[in-house]
Amino acid sequence: MERLPRVWFVTLAFALLALSSGPVHAMHISEGILPVQWAFLWFVLAAPFVIWGLRNLRIRSKEEPHLKAMVGLVGAAVFVISCMPVPVPTAGTCSHPCGTGMAAILIGPTLTIVVTSVALLLQALFLAHGGLTTLGANILSMGVIGAFTGYGVFVLARRFGASWAVAAFMAGLLSDWAVYAGTSFFLATALHGDGSFVTMFLAIGLAFVPTQVPLGVLEGFLCVGAYRLVHNRHPEFLVTPAKWGAA
Amino acid sequence: MRKFVIVGGLLFALGLVVLVGPVAAEGNWPGVDDAVVKKFAENAGRPPSEPFLNFGEGDIQLFFFLIAGSVGGFVAGYYYRDLFGPRTSKVKNP
Repeated sequence: MERLPRVWFVTLAFALLALSSGPVHAMHISEGILPVQWAFLWFVLAAPFVIWGLRNLRIRSKEEPHLKAMVGLVGAAVFVISCMPVPVPTAGTCSHPCGTGMAAILIGPTLTIVVTSVALLLQALFLAHGGLTTLGANILSMGVIGAFTGYGVFVLARRFGASWAVAAFMAGLLSDWAVYAGTSFFLATALHGDGSFVTMFLAIGLAFVPTQVPLGVLEGFLCVGAYRLVHNRHPEFLVTPAKWGAA
Repeated sequence: MRKFVIVGGLLFALGLVVLVGPVAAEGNWPGVDDAVVKKFAENAGRPPSEPFLNFGEGDIQLFFFLIAGSVGGFVAGYYYRDLFGPRTSKVKNP
């Protein structure tokens, strides 16, 4: 039984790697799509969250010697997960999980924003994945919305008596969907033109559904596996202890 | 038993993708950017522009993706070992 998480992870990693069919861009909003004023606004709104995360990293790393290594591990995982295209047979398209729900329940939402910002910057610079002008919007959707949704769902689920496994699954599932809802929002605000914002938002959101419903489920299982792995080995590393909430 | 169920489930999912996927995708697996984001952006008159740093098309992008994946995997593995240490195994006495 103790070997189960490792077997689960190795098999999952193998399956995901085997399925990756090459470079694609997915949830990230590509370069040039957002008009300058919207791109600037999302940068301004994202900046305080990144500064908040950096400040928390500095403060917490003084008290928790393992933290920087944990942030490095989670950051690398988010970088790989968020640029890994996964074919979704029900939709016939490729998309990628975000990994920010998982990161948020492991290291906390503010540090997740930091690692997501670094991952998105590297992807925009070297992988043509996302864009520099759209970095603010991508940080807000994948980093801020994904992290706080994942963390909030986990904490609430535990407070309402859910087991840690159910809470972690819900965190991964809903954070993934929230990221794509956020992306739909940012796209709709910039692209609706003279038409209805709500109609555009719903149209983009619905277009993501066939791909993101199964990928959200995948991300839920990813969260359960990652949380269980850390909890079994070093529960003191977790920012969301399994004892919370439910008895 | 649970191990076999999980591994079997994942292999079933893999088989589903391999067998059903090409039919669903008609041999083409567009990213959601093309299928959703690009489509809406083009309809709104804001098609994506070229990236500021464009390293080219075709296999060169695959090369950079593999390098990035390898570096990311190495970093993750390095810190994993740093945090969790090597797996201890029971050694049987001869």
